[in-house]
Amino acid sequence: MDLTVIWAFIIAFAVFAYVVMDGFDLGIGILFPTFRVGKGRNRAMNSIAPVWDGNETWLVLGGGGLFAAFPLAYAVILPATYPLIIAMLLGLVFRGVAFEYRWRDPAHQKFWDAAFFGGSLVAAMSQGMILGALLQGIKIDGRAYAGSWWDWLTPYTFLTGIGTVAGYALLGSTWLIWKLDGGAQAHARYVAFRAGIATIALMGAVSLYNITLNAEYAAHWLTAPQIYWVAPVPIITGLIAVSMLRAITKDRNSKPFWLAIALFLLGMAGLGVTIFPYVVPPGLTIWDAAAPERSQIFMLVGVAITMPLIIAYTVWAYWVFRGKVADEGYH
Amino acid sequence: MLENLDALLLARIQFAFTVSFHFFFPAFSIGLASYLAVLEGLWLKTGKSVYLDLFKYWLKIFAIAFAMGVVSGIVMSYQFGTNWAVFSDKAGPVIGPLMAYEVLTAFFLEAGFLGVMLFGMNKVGKKLHFAATLMVALGTFVSAFWILSVNSWMQTPTGYEIGANGQFLPGPSWWDIVFNPSFPYRLVHTVMAAYLTTAFVVGAVGAWHLLKDRANPHARTMFSMAMWMAAIVTPAQIFAGDMHGLNTLEHQPAKVMAMEGHYQSHPEGAPLILFGIPDSEAKTVRYAIEIPKASSLILKHDLNAPMAGLDTIPDDREPPVGTVFWSFRVMVGIGFAMLGIGLWSLWGRLRGRLYDMPWLHRAAVLMGPSGFAAVLAGWITTEVGRQPFVIYGLLRTADAASPLDAPAVAASLLAFVVVYFAVFSIGVWYILKLMGKAPHAGEPDIKVGIDGPIRTAGITPGPTQNPGGDEALPTEAPAEREPV
Repeated sequence: MDLTVIWAFIIAFAVFAYVVMDGFDLGIGILFPTFRVGKGRNRAMNSIAPVWDGNETWLVLGGGGLFAAFPLAYAVILPATYPLIIAMLLGLVFRGVAFEYRWRDPAHQKFWDAAFFGGSLVAAMSQGMILGALLQGIKIDGRAYAGSWWDWLTPYTFLTGIGTVAGYALLGSTWLIWKLDGGAQAHARYVAFRAGIATIALMGAVSLYNITLNAEYAAHWLTAPQIYWVAPVPIITGLIAVSMLRAITKDRNSKPFWLAIALFLLGMAGLGVTIFPYVVPPGLTIWDAAAPERSQIFMLVGVAITMPLIIAYTVWAYWVFRGKVADEGYH
Repeated sequence: MLENLDALLLARIQFAFTVSFHFFFPAFSIGLASYLAVLEGLWLKTGKSVYLDLFKYWLKIFAIAFAMGVVSGIVMSYQFGTNWAVFSDKAGPVIGPLMAYEVLTAFFLEAGFLGVMLFGMNKVGKKLHFAATLMVALGTFVSAFWILSVNSWMQTPTGYEIGANGQFLPGPSWWDIVFNPSFPYRLVHTVMAAYLTTAFVVGAVGAWHLLKDRANPHARTMFSMAMWMAAIVTPAQIFAGDMHGLNTLEHQPAKVMAMEGHYQSHPEGAPLILFGIPDSEAKTVRYAIEIPKASSLILKHDLNAPMAGLDTIPDDREPPVGTVFWSFRVMVGIGFAMLGIGLWSLWGRLRGRLYDMPWLHRAAVLMGPSGFAAVLAGWITTEVGRQPFVIYGLLRTADAASPLDAPAVAASLLAFVVVYFAVFSIGVWYILKLMGKAPHAGEPDIKVGIDGPIRTAGITPGPTQNPGGDEALPTEAPAEREPV
């Protein structure tokens, strides 16, 4: 396997890690208005306060990694989705500071709760639309983006945006099933089931839309012998979707969350099948956009050394704050 | 005027605005993270509760500053691509990996241990908590290391090759790229600047509370610590700045010419212009107050050494003189004012009256924000001074921008200005409110509000409360939980 493919997988891993980890805390932001003011919101917030910053770092790795490993892709995608990127960044500003501000200023807690919700929603929607803008194709001339600054706005990107919002809400609510108990957990379950249905439906819709987007995507899925390799993706996705919905109604711990992650993993795999070997369809393959070998090797050494450590201390940080966000001790 | 507001200028304003805003937070949090580590270390070593109280006092402030630094920093990591796509494409193979290393070795370290640092005191034990604090402090420093390496490479590029497609490609040695000629100087000068920035903030808060109650032991401790920093680090910083200047003279002479206001060459010793009004049209500094030959003495260590001026540089390779000239003077002026505070405090200390000098305390309060001003002025000096290039001598800023329409950049700039001023002013206000409260014995933890940001429990599910509640979450009063 050549280094460029390895790097494509590393970036995909970073994006996946980001989507799952920041996905659940953005999801909690999206669902924030449905929690009762006061304890309910506090506990939802408490369940992510120690980890959100680490989660968001994966976004920097995704962006920074793309810059480093596929600089041309970075230089094309960001101008092409300019308003979405700016909206995402500003959304993340609001929801990021809300973690601190809402405790500092009880008089304006309502405002910061609204900022937390709005920021999370805008960030999630923008991320989904960026994905859609990428999949629907970006116009390139030479080594630069050649479209206008509104090219990304289509019904398709709206669909991918909504899908991402639903997916994050699913991750957030299944996380809360795990971290809460009692009535709060019941509420999370109620939300998770609906978010789950919406996510599955929108994933299906986007997948079908993808096939109509361009002939090459369709060929990746529908031509023999490729079809025998890729057919398990939708089949397994369906199985996971069903068991996830069952777990949401029954399980009291982490099972719904892990199954939601599995659902995202399959979605990611499907995305890979659709888009590979392009990093910016329809013009740029990963090899067109890749950094030179010296850069790839230098960074690969860094990733090989640091990634196991990062994963280890991230797991440790989650472990320290494990368990239900509880009023334990109250009897 | 308005017709000049093209997409390029707007993009430059936007980058200058977002990076300047962002720089305030790391400038503060690099120093504050280390200060927190020192406080916690002293507490573990001596067992004196004053250090723990101060640790908790500053931790609350750190949490807000760090959150603002994170969110404004994420913006930066995307600005390269959104607004400087040509630069990103061309320089990505060289600086991209350095920034990836920053994420891998610094951002994850900070973020991974921050949760434990902020909320984990009662969960992991003292030593492990101290280790987490050290990791956060280390992370802030490592972050500075990489990003300043990137910035330095853009100022003094070495170790690269030019590819057939016009990209800058790494040469055989990454060492030459990372440790480019201006990097060691810039790293030392910038990190010391961050320490001084924090020291003067801490000193101002200590002084403020001494003015209200000069017996407050917490205020005394932090004021004393800050004044030691002012007395010891300021001279070292002035020396480091001088070395950095000599390095700049060697690699970016046009920047130094602009800093000095030397439009003309001086074959027999150049004067040190203290003040004046640079006039780039007439190529002269009006109303100049100058010390003959002193500039040659400082920069060449020889009164009569010839010094080239901007007349030796083609006009289209000159930086804007006025901005660089003034920002440099602001930085140096603040530096000497800091030195003055440091010496004043030493004198007071020698007389045993450090806590009984209201005028020193008032001056220290006044100097509280000075570090930020100096950092910003220094940053402007070095960044504007390397114009019109983004990669010095090789890639012009004007050739590096994204192909964006002016309205797109104008809209985003407006959004950044509005949001940043609103959000970060409020954050600074919260920080000032925290600083306004006197530090005291039994300083509370970071948890605030009704039941505090963090109360996670062990793995056993708690008792089922309010079963069947559907839309509602339980509203029972929370209870303290013992450490796991």
